[in-house]
Amino acid sequence: MNAFFESFRWLYDTTGINLTIFYDAFDRRRFIGGFVTTVQLAASCIVLSVVIGIAGAWLQGSRLRLTRRVVYWYIQFFRNTPPLVQLYFFYFGVGAYLKTAGGVPLVANVTWAILGLSMYAGAFNVEIFRSGIESVPKATVEAAESFGFSRLQAYRYIVLPLAFRVCLPALNNNLVNLVKTTSISYAIAVPEMLYVSAQIWSDSVNVKEMMNVLLICYVGLVGLFVFAMHRWERAMRVPGYGA
Amino acid sequence: MPTLRNLAAAAAIVAIVLPSFPAFAQDALEQIKKRGTLIVGVKADYKPYGFRDPAGKIIGIEPDLAQDVATKLGVKLELVPVVSSNRMQFLEQGKIDLMIATMNDKPDRRKVVYIVEPSYYASSVNVLAPKSAKLREWTELKGKKVCMIQGAWYNKQLQQDYGMEDVAFKGTSEAFTALKGNNCVAFAYDDTLILASLLEPEWKDYEMPLKSVLEDPWGLAVKLGEEKFYKVMSDLIVDWHRTGRIVELEKKYGMGNTSYALQMNAKYKK
Repeated sequence: MNAFFESFRWLYDTTGINLTIFYDAFDRRRFIGGFVTTVQLAASCIVLSVVIGIAGAWLQGSRLRLTRRVVYWYIQFFRNTPPLVQLYFFYFGVGAYLKTAGGVPLVANVTWAILGLSMYAGAFNVEIFRSGIESVPKATVEAAESFGFSRLQAYRYIVLPLAFRVCLPALNNNLVNLVKTTSISYAIAVPEMLYVSAQIWSDSVNVKEMMNVLLICYVGLVGLFVFAMHRWERAMRVPGYGA
Repeated sequence: MPTLRNLAAAAAIVAIVLPSFPAFAQDALEQIKKRGTLIVGVKADYKPYGFRDPAGKIIGIEPDLAQDVATKLGVKLELVPVVSSNRMQFLEQGKIDLMIATMNDKPDRRKVVYIVEPSYYASSVNVLAPKSAKLREWTELKGKKVCMIQGAWYNKQLQQDYGMEDVAFKGTSEAFTALKGNNCVAFAYDDTLILASLLEPEWKDYEMPLKSVLEDPWGLAVKLGEEKFYKVMSDLIVDWHRTGRIVELEKKYGMGNTSYALQMNAKYKK
């Protein structure tokens, strides 16, 4: 293994291509840490934002006017402001007030990033799920009701499974975007991939090498995710239903 | 008729001869004395090293040093405000005779201007931390969150030496805000800037508690090839260190003393 890592020092000496993340143990640890953080961040945000989307779309159909209003304003707020501004707002704005008696912040920057990005993508997900729900024929819902399903049961067993299949392509789009957007948590010092890369290239002035590494890593990550989602999409296909 | 090749040859000759021209011209010292003024490039936006008083006059530690030079040469002083991106060019083009402008001494800069030794000043790395944290040793920072600036050259070194967890931001204002919000236990930065910040009332509950490390010298510079002027400046810098002039100026502008100023004073006093 060491010979493999050392070969990159040789690469640097002979060609000037400086990949410190292979031959410098400190940079290697940092970069792997950054990669893992990005994956964790992306995974947590995907799960949380889908949960928000499903719950939000259900609440949107609520009989209570107040609930519908709250969901409406949530969507407006998060969809109409840039995610970077939201992160700054949470971390520096809200975070300044959420403290223990000793003045220690209650919420760490990673948590703010997960919350902020999930709320942001979640707002889009609510609308995406709504589009799916609205595509389920009214007759189907009425049929469920006549079988004695409650509103929640009908949503859970009839509407959502059908809606999910219809909105999966749009959902994929949004989630791919979410994976890429995790890189902005760089601004609030979350040690994800872009953050550690910037630290590394300012130490070793290997900007173009690290830019390429970053690009490859993101293409790989997103590619893997898209592949998995497509497989899932195909597996869930109901013959004769939807496009 | 001049062909392209002839033109190129002529251009090459001009390019070779031109830079050596100043060698035949008067040296800077003679020029300054003839003119009766010494023109020095200083910062005008970097408190307390060079900034403007309410009347718009440039004052600060470096303008005071420039005045010392003018006094020694027996001429009047003219200050020209410079910024980091043009200070070396001003000196090269002869717009200023001398540059004292908070410039770090770096090998690639030595190729462009003549940086005078010994260094008149140096910044080191220290931390700004709340007094209540009672920090005394760098080793206490192991595993703790420390705010930094993205891209600062000492980030990696500090992490390797002391094992702190970095929380690095784009600019100083974010780092300062994060420190105030206790998102980090300390903010690692140049001691010169920490000392300057501590002049502000908003930082009265904070201190610079550690021993400064990773010294980074600043260089004042004359034009390349100005041997006589270089010698004068070199002697004067030794004089500043011997008499404690820099320590005194730091006090005059209300900031704490940098470890470099004290150290050099102790070294040359003997």
